[in-house]
Formats: sequence, structure tokens, C-alpha cells
Amino acid sequence: MSVRYIGAEVQRMEDLRLLIGSGRYVDDITRDRMLHVAFVRSEHAHANIKNIDTENAKMLDGVHGVLTYQDITSSFDLKRMGQLFPAPVIEQNITQYPVANEEVCYVGEIVAVVVAENRAIAEDAIEIINVEYDVMPAIIDCRLALEPNAPKAHKNSKDNLVGIIRTSFGEIDKAFKTADHIFRRSFLQHRGGCHAMECRGVVAEHDRSENTLTLWSSTQCPYLVRRSLADYLGENEESIRVIAPDVGGGFGPKAGFYPEEIMVPFLARFYGRPIKWIEDRHEHFVATTTQRDQHWDVEVACNADGLIKGIRGEVTHENGAYVPYGFLLPFTSLTPLPGPYAVPAVDVSLKAVFTNTTPNSPVRGAGRPYAIYAVERLIETISKNLKIDAAEVRRRNFVKEEQMPYATGALLRDGSPVKYDSGNYHSCLDKALVLADHASFKDRQSSARDDGRHIGMGISSYVEDTGLGPYEGTTVRVQPNGKVLVRSGSASQGQGHHTFIAQIVAETLAVSLEDIVFESGDTGKFPHGVGTIGSRIAVNVGPSAYEAANAVKDKAIKLASETLEAAEQDLELSSGKVQVKGVEDLSVSLGDLARTLSPKAGGKVPSGFVPSLEATSYTGSNGSPFASGTNVAEVEVDILTGNVKLINYSVAHDCGTIINPKIVDGQIIGGVVHGIGNALFERMIYSEGGQPLTNTYADYLLPLATEMPNIAIVHEESPSPLNVLGVKGVGEGGTIPATAAVVAAVENALEEFNVEIDYYPINPQHLTELIDG
Amino acid sequence: MEPWPSLKEREKGMASRKISLKLNGCEVSATVEPRLHLADFLRHTLGATGTHLGCEHGVCGACTVNVDGDAIRSCLMFAIQVDGKNVTTIEGIANPDKTLHPIQEAFRKHHGLQCGFCTPGMIITLEAFLKNHPNPTEFEIRKAISGNICRCTGYQPIVAAAMEAATNLKNQGQ
Repeated sequence: MSVRYIGAEVQRMEDLRLLIGSGRYVDDITRDRMLHVAFVRSEHAHANIKNIDTENAKMLDGVHGVLTYQDITSSFDLKRMGQLFPAPVIEQNITQYPVANEEVCYVGEIVAVVVAENRAIAEDAIEIINVEYDVMPAIIDCRLALEPNAPKAHKNSKDNLVGIIRTSFGEIDKAFKTADHIFRRSFLQHRGGCHAMECRGVVAEHDRSENTLTLWSSTQCPYLVRRSLADYLGENEESIRVIAPDVGGGFGPKAGFYPEEIMVPFLARFYGRPIKWIEDRHEHFVATTTQRDQHWDVEVACNADGLIKGIRGEVTHENGAYVPYGFLLPFTSLTPLPGPYAVPAVDVSLKAVFTNTTPNSPVRGAGRPYAIYAVERLIETISKNLKIDAAEVRRRNFVKEEQMPYATGALLRDGSPVKYDSGNYHSCLDKALVLADHASFKDRQSSARDDGRHIGMGISSYVEDTGLGPYEGTTVRVQPNGKVLVRSGSASQGQGHHTFIAQIVAETLAVSLEDIVFESGDTGKFPHGVGTIGSRIAVNVGPSAYEAANAVKDKAIKLASETLEAAEQDLELSSGKVQVKGVEDLSVSLGDLARTLSPKAGGKVPSGFVPSLEATSYTGSNGSPFASGTNVAEVEVDILTGNVKLINYSVAHDCGTIINPKIVDGQIIGGVVHGIGNALFERMIYSEGGQPLTNTYADYLLPLATEMPNIAIVHEESPSPLNVLGVKGVGEGGTIPATAAVVAAVENALEEFNVEIDYYPINPQHLTELIDG
Repeated sequence: MEPWPSLKEREKGMASRKISLKLNGCEVSATVEPRLHLADFLRHTLGATGTHLGCEHGVCGACTVNVDGDAIRSCLMFAIQVDGKNVTTIEGIANPDKTLHPIQEAFRKHHGLQCGFCTPGMIITLEAFLKNHPNPTEFEIRKAISGNICRCTGYQPIVAAAMEAATNLKNQGQ
């Protein structure tokens, strides 16, 4: 009997150890003779370092060393960090030094390193290190960065422009000349930081005898860390092992490569002792990449019936002080255009600018929430101005199911066309509206008004390019005891990789889930991988696990056919055995087949077979499957205080074939809450001079249980034709449309005041000002 | 700048205090610096790493442990303050026969955890809350965990787990 695991709501394999306190996160790792590091960080947004006095600190008991750029360069080539994702559009490719050399360009940049017996002593030492600065003017607001007299974020750069990109197709001028209406909106968008509950951290150990480095890092991308560190140190990639242990949330910013991931292994080698650094929350606010501001100035051309002819506009993107992560955030801010709508012409350009703030990199959804928000704002504008129901404007403009696969007209970075592979946007919209009881909302709204309450409903539809390539891989190996070892590259930060990959392999090999031993996130155990970003693991690892398991199945059947003297087509896998179809007694266990294929001394590998009952596959996706869906938010606004309360939230979601419904729903709910946080709470504010002002959880608000609504989910399943499982990514699809739905709902609740929200997160004070006109 | 602690004080060495407590039912004694907070003491002195630190300023709740029946934030309490007290951490929550506590079981069933980092604090908070509130409403549970931040789950599965655990605990007469 084989069990259907794919699509089943099985409990997670990960949970037991995490529930009893047996998880192992990076700060849980200790090594013999381990020392601890703390970093002195810049207190200024832009300054030259005049002098660093480390003498007192060096005299403290328990301090092993205090190192500045000057101290390190005498024995080590401390150069700027490499560009992780080079792109020709980056005009000023300025990356940072792991420890600042003279100029500091944001609060939080590393100025010196303290190595001590424990973290407390290292922090004592920081208090008595005296750094003298020459403070320079700082640029903080991205909208001002390209003005002629703007302070320069880097003293030696020509201006603050990082680079320009543009997405353009169709006849945009004609669209705007012939349209019945043109509407324009300008707004600032603000997305917060990472705020995984576990901060970053690194433990490094150097083996002097073999000259190998082992790193435990709280990272989403151990292979990227290995490659980047090997390049920086000039070492063999295989001499560096990077392990992502249990990671307490990732959300994007843990996908990069950080100065600390250079300094900690460097120091481990320098001192000949293991070294640990654990980021504290205050550091996380300034030293871990964030997303922050984008300003959109955008116009839509449409006919009297609301049919969109074209979208054009300009975007200014805050890049932060350095370019650690290529142009991925800008790229993903434009590629989703024009969302789920069939728009014949688009022309939007984006300028990325330097500011003296923490460098930026993708946070859950990357640039996509900005783009979808912009398009959805235009849909709402059309609806309001032409007095056509907001759902109806969407219906009229959606790409239709029969148009799939649909090429939008835009091109990807590699020059290939953006093509929506499958989906039914109309059906998703209708399902979400039913779930939200949209039909009765007008009545509910007017009776609420009679009671003096202002409730509103907002819709947001989206598409998401998931499953970014190029590959991931999986090895499936049957062990002599019949247990199946599954190894894959990509690390997990809570997404349930173990469970869903085990479901795929267990179903294919007809073994129980408990017979799967899963290992991932360790470059020493699987040779290649890309990383857990861009809603890509199910799409890339899923098919590779499926292919590898099938190759093992084929090999097992081929060998069993000889052992059982039966034709291959008469054999099947069942309960850990290969058996003659329907005849349980005529069988051989997978474990015995594995033994036959890995004989001891004096034995013989069966002729025509290579040893080991195993297979590795790097089969990934063949292009990006597009997930899609519609969210509907219902809110109540208190016009006295400006407080926004979420009443209900409905999601219709299409991520193709579902492997584990519980995990999929978990990703969606968590993602929606992240988007609600962007809409209402999360705000990283800097003073004009570049001091971060919201760097505690008393000032920077994260979504809490008391403010979150019930989130109801209904699924549409449009299998992707691009991979063997029909799957699409789901990690970010909750977040991407959520902000636009909440903002639309707030505007709808305040319709009588004609409130037009020009900034999120919505600030109650600002909202009361808008209400008062 | 005057070094702190002064170099002279450093030469004397940090002050230390001997404390004794019960951790998950076992007697423990240790000598600690007065400034050592309870979470670091549990994690790094005693090796009980199931308790996690998320913010170290008393907002996120990841470090919540139970001291003499109350759920408290171990980043806001010094180790010396638990001298003579009973401390329970996530490692001590399961039933005596090592089966999962009904709250742990319900978290598993309802997908109440993803990365697992906030989970120990959530469970400790809920365990103390449900003892005193055997018939909670959904919103009372949301209020009870409003001092525990979770970035992964969106809270809804945690609330569902807590509701079910409340019923199961009541049925067990615990």
C-alpha cells in the first residue's frame, strides 16, 4: 500500500524538538575555548573617523584584543566587500569595508572589534573606547537625494545615484493620447526591517591542522555565505563549511552576506580560538539590512468603462548607504508591473539613490509589495473617479484564464518575456468576495454609519513571480536499515522544508514519513545550493526531490526484478518493499536492496549497477510559476483618534498544487500579518541628521495578537505547467497584496471625508489630519 | 573618559553571589555576578538553551520563564533574584512521563509554530495563563499573548492551539 502524502495535512516533522526546547539555534552552540566578539559601531550617519583610542579597553581583564581597520590591515588585506549580485545598471557600486576605513556612512557601521572572554566584558570594553569623529552632512530622505545641493552620502562620489532601471513596453504615448481619462497618484511607501525573533549570529572555528573554517550562521543562504567568504579570503570553497542550524526566522535580510560573517571567521583564524558573535536587538535595528522608502509618482490612462490603456511613472528608491545586494530590490519593484491586469502599455522608471541609512535588501516580498500597491492604488483611483465598483474595475482589466499563458510584454533581466503560466484571477476575486461577504457590505456599512461607526472594505489583487531559479538539488539515499536519508542544500527558517520534502519522497518510495531522515542547510553535507529566498523552495527543491526519489525507485525496481525474477512492469513499491504487484510475500525490502548495492569486503556489486541505492537530482523549475490571488480587508476607523481596527480579513489564494495545506495556510496567514504590519505599524524613522529614532520595540511596533483579525483562506489550485509537481511558491503571497487591501479599506471607511492616503504605515495622527481636511 | 568599572575595581574582580534554586524540579547552585540576568544564567551558565532571547528589553516575550507560578521575562530579572525560587522553563513543561503537555500537543496539531524561536515563551505564558483562566475567550488568549511577539505565524494558529489546549486541560482536570 502506498500512502498519499502529497496534498495531505500531515503534522510537521520539525515540531517535536522545537516544542520541548531542543532546537539548536546559533547562540545555543558553544565550542571549547570560545571567545566572544562585540562591535563598536558608528554613532553618526556620516563622518570621518579622526581617532580611535582603544588603550583603556585593551587593559581590561578578559579583553583579548581591540582591533581597528589600521590594526587589521597590517596583517590582512581588509578590502571592500564584494558585490553579491553584480548588474551593469549599478552606476556606483559602493560596498562597505567589514571594518570602516576612515569614512562611516550610516549609524551602525562597524568601527572596531573587541574580542573578550565573554560578551559582557566585550561590552564593558566598548564603553571605554573613545572614537573621535569629524561629522559630515548626511542625506536621509530619498526624495531629496538627487537635488543639486543635496549632501552626498559618500564624500568622494559624484552624486547619490546608484542606478536607473526602466520597464517599458507597448505604445505608451498613444495610450495616454487616446485615453478618455488620465489619473495621477503620488505616494510614499515604507516597508520595515527583518525583525525575525532571532537576531543574526555567527560562530566560527578554524582548524589549524587542515586549514579549514567552519561557520554556524543564522542565515537563509549558507552557500552564498560560503562562496562570498571564500572569495573574500581567497580560500578554496571546499575549505569552508557553512552550517545554518535552526534559524529563528529569516524574512529576507538573513539572505545576504554581512561584515560580521567575514570578521568572526577572520578572528577565529587570527586568535586560533572559536569565536562567537550574537547580534543584540539594538544592533539588529541598525546593522541588519532593511527596506524602507520608495516614492511613486504614477499615472494611469483608461477608457470611460475603466479599461486601462497604459501606466507610466517614476519611482525613487531608497538604497541605504551601500549596495550589498545588487539591484534585486529595484528589479523586483518593477517586474510585477502591471500585476494581474492586461495592460497594453507600461513605462515606469526607477532611480535608486544612496542615503546615510542602513543598507537595504529585500524583506518578505522584496519590491513586489511596492509595485502591487502602486497598481492597486490606480485601480482604486479609477473606481472612485469613474464611480465603478472596485471589484468590477478589476474584473474588466484582469488577464482572463483563457489567455494563459499570458505574456505581459515586459522582459525579465535575462531578456526572456514575463509570462503568467496559469491562474484564474476572476475566480480568485469572486471567491474572496464571497468569503468577505462583500455582497452585504454596503448594507452593513450604512447601518454602521447610522450607529456612528465608520467601516470600510478594501480589495487587493496580485500576481507573484515565484520559484526564482536557477536550481536546487536533492540526494535521496536508502540506508541499509531501510531508512531514507534525504539531503538538500537550502536552509529552512521555519517554512517546514523537512515536512513537505519528506511528503514528496515518502509518497514516491512508498515509505512512512517517519522513515525519512532529512538534513539541509549544511554545505558539508550537500555540495551545492542557492538559498531560501523568493518563494522558491517548493518550486526548486520539490521537483528535485521528486526526480531523485523516482530515480531511486527505478533503480530499486530494476535490481528487485533480478532478485525476484519478475518483470519490472510487474513490480511496485509498497510499505518499504518492492513487491510483485498485489503479492506481499514476493518482495524484497528497500533496506536489503541498499545492502546489496553497498556490499562489504569480499562481496560483489551486482553487474550493471553503480553502488548505493541513491540518486541526486538538480531538476528545478523551468521558469517562474506565477502565484496569484485576491485579499479583502474589512476595517473600522475611529475618526476621533485615527485608530484603525481590523475586523475581518479574507484571502483567496492560488499557489498551484498544494503539498501541505497546513503549511501553506501558515505561510499565508503569517505573510498577511507582515503586510498588515507594513500598512499600520512598522516604521523605521531616522532624524534629519540620520539618527535612528525607532530602535526599540517600544518605538518600532510589530503586529501583536490583539490587533490581528481572523484571517479566512480559500484556495484556487491552478497547477503550474512549468514543473512536474505543478507547484508555485507561497512564502510571500500573503504579504504582497495585504498593505494595499488595508489602505483601500481605510479610504473606503472614510469615503465621506474624501481621504486620500499618501503614506504608509498609516499614522493615526496623520489620519486625523486627513479626516479634518 | 573614566573607565567603568574602574581599572582598580576590575583588578579586585567582579562581585559575586552564591544562589540556589530549583530548575525544572532539580536543585541547582551557582556563583554568579549580580549583573547577570536570568536568561543568560539559564542559557549560558546552566546550559538550558530552550529559553530564547529576542529583544533583551522586555517587549518580545521570547525569554518568558515561570518563577514560582508566574510567567516572567527572564531578560528583566537578575539571576540573584531567583535565589530560593522555583523556575520552570520549556525543558520542564512536558508531562512527567515525557509526553507532550497539552499546550505543546495543541501547538503541533494547529501549526502553532514555524521557526520555533518564540515558541518556548509563548508556551510558558499560556501555561501560566490557562492555569488561572480555564475558560478563556479567544480575545482573552490574544490579550494573554500580547506580550509575546511572533513574526512567523500571524498568531491565529497559536490562538487556535490555546483554545483547544484549554479544553483539553479542563477535561484532564489539570
